Amino acid sequence: MSIILNTLEQGLIYAIMAMGVLITYSILDFPDLSVDGTFPLGAAVSAVMIVNGHSPVLALCLAAAAGAIAGLLTGLVHVRLKVRDLFSGIIMMTALYAVNMHIAAGSLTMGRANLTFFNTPRQMKYVTIFDNNGLVNAFPEFLRPYSTLIIVLAIVLLVKLLLDLFLKTRAGYLLRAVGDNETVVTSLAQDKGNIKIMGLVIANAFVALSGAVLCQQQHTFEISMGTGSIAMALASVIIGLNLFGRLSFVKGTTAAIIGSIIYKACVALAIQAGVPSSDMKLVTAFLFLIILSISGVQRKKAKLHA
Amino acid sequence: MLEMKGITKIYNPGTVQELCIFQDFSLSIETGGFVSVVGSNGSGKTSMLNLICGSICPDGGSILIDERDITREKEFRRARYIGRVYQNPALGTCPSMTILENLSLADHKGQKQGLRAGTDRNRVQGYRDLLAPLGLGLENMLQSKVGTLSGGQRQALALLMSTMTPISFLILDEHTAALDPKTADIIMDLTDRIVREKHLTAIMVTHNLRYAVQYGNRLIMMHQGKAVLDQAGADKENVDIDGLLRLFNEISIECGN
Repeated sequence: MSIILNTLEQGLIYAIMAMGVLITYSILDFPDLSVDGTFPLGAAVSAVMIVNGHSPVLALCLAAAAGAIAGLLTGLVHVRLKVRDLFSGIIMMTALYAVNMHIAAGSLTMGRANLTFFNTPRQMKYVTIFDNNGLVNAFPEFLRPYSTLIIVLAIVLLVKLLLDLFLKTRAGYLLRAVGDNETVVTSLAQDKGNIKIMGLVIANAFVALSGAVLCQQQHTFEISMGTGSIAMALASVIIGLNLFGRLSFVKGTTAAIIGSIIYKACVALAIQAGVPSSDMKLVTAFLFLIILSISGVQRKKAKLHA
Repeated sequence: MLEMKGITKIYNPGTVQELCIFQDFSLSIETGGFVSVVGSNGSGKTSMLNLICGSICPDGGSILIDERDITREKEFRRARYIGRVYQNPALGTCPSMTILENLSLADHKGQKQGLRAGTDRNRVQGYRDLLAPLGLGLENMLQSKVGTLSGGQRQALALLMSTMTPISFLILDEHTAALDPKTADIIMDLTDRIVREKHLTAIMVTHNLRYAVQYGNRLIMMHQGKAVLDQAGADKENVDIDGLLRLFNEISIECGN
């Protein structure tokens, strides 16, 4: 039972990231590797805020804002400095590694690879959204064990709803159009560069938020937590879109959330089968490979010239 | 009045692939004119359209619209008053969005975008009325993704989208070349009607000599970056397909084709 609960919690937390990657990969057609840096960035900002006694909700908001700024920089590097999309992400990912170390250290003098803030049973020193007494105590007794799941679910649904609504606005239409056919956006008298930047800002805000929620749930930040997150998120999105993409009544966001849960279930199965935790990234890579080869995903651009 | 003055355009300058498309090329097009442009491949037709639309920048010379210099104006800014339809029907529409969404995008061109609703419900009937006269049944498929439409349907949609909001110029880049003869005729009739109704200045590049003769009030034949034939008004009426083809062949023989 605890395995299922844990899988759902993890799947939903990573679903926020999957929705961010849905924007860049599926909507914008932009291979954004900065995700590997913005995920731990959100976690680092969140961890430092919690350790310094700030509100956990404020910590999530600031983490998302930090992700948005990182996305803005990736976009500016790509659009204004005319660096190829893949390289813009790599540059940002590499730079963020050092930035995250500095943030976690809380100062600019020395790097720190991890930061944990466990509460002792007697003392609730570090308050996250999951052990915020007022909120958790408001749950009826029988729901108490599921409080984490419920809070995560609420955040995920809020993010999904916001994204779904955004994609129906004029700005959302343009975002979808720029990934679909840049020429149309130019002929609509819109600067396609600005719209790409907007997409990267939103996507990386989601990714950082996901990292921040995970950090608060695990009470820990680790510099390596971002490694492979792009593979994880892409695997989730591709699973979701392949299983549900053809059903017109299932939105991309829903597909990404379910994909993320299925992905985490696969990982949980691997752990049950006895794969040591040191090999988890190997499992991530192997799962991603299997998914890609089964689904036959190819470069999206090809269809325009068909 | 659209003017191209002393345009020079060289591709890959300083390399072995250096290719001079235009050397001191000048052309002016009266407001309200409908110009058909013919010419062999590589004669500079599409380069001329790209220069007008801002897709490429000239190496020398200037482009003016009503005396205003637009040579350095960005492509997306020129799009406010220039509409363009491409040879490839896929280029004018967004395939994974629905017909309704595509029309909404085009309808809001030039307006502030932001967080207002992407589709204005009150306009849906207007979109249907716009699609119905095409006779392609598109008005009943508003929720269909454009990627599922045929090339002709997509090109008709692209033409409507590019002319939905008030523009001054319509640039047609071999826009019937990828269509079957019957669909091409439908699209050509639609083009002519839109140009007349909206009083647009139109420049149409085509390889179809019949269309070049039949439509428009001016005919230009391009060759090696020059207008070798330029007939307007009554003179154009006297141009027939045979004469045009003869001239075309003469030019081609000169080139050794």
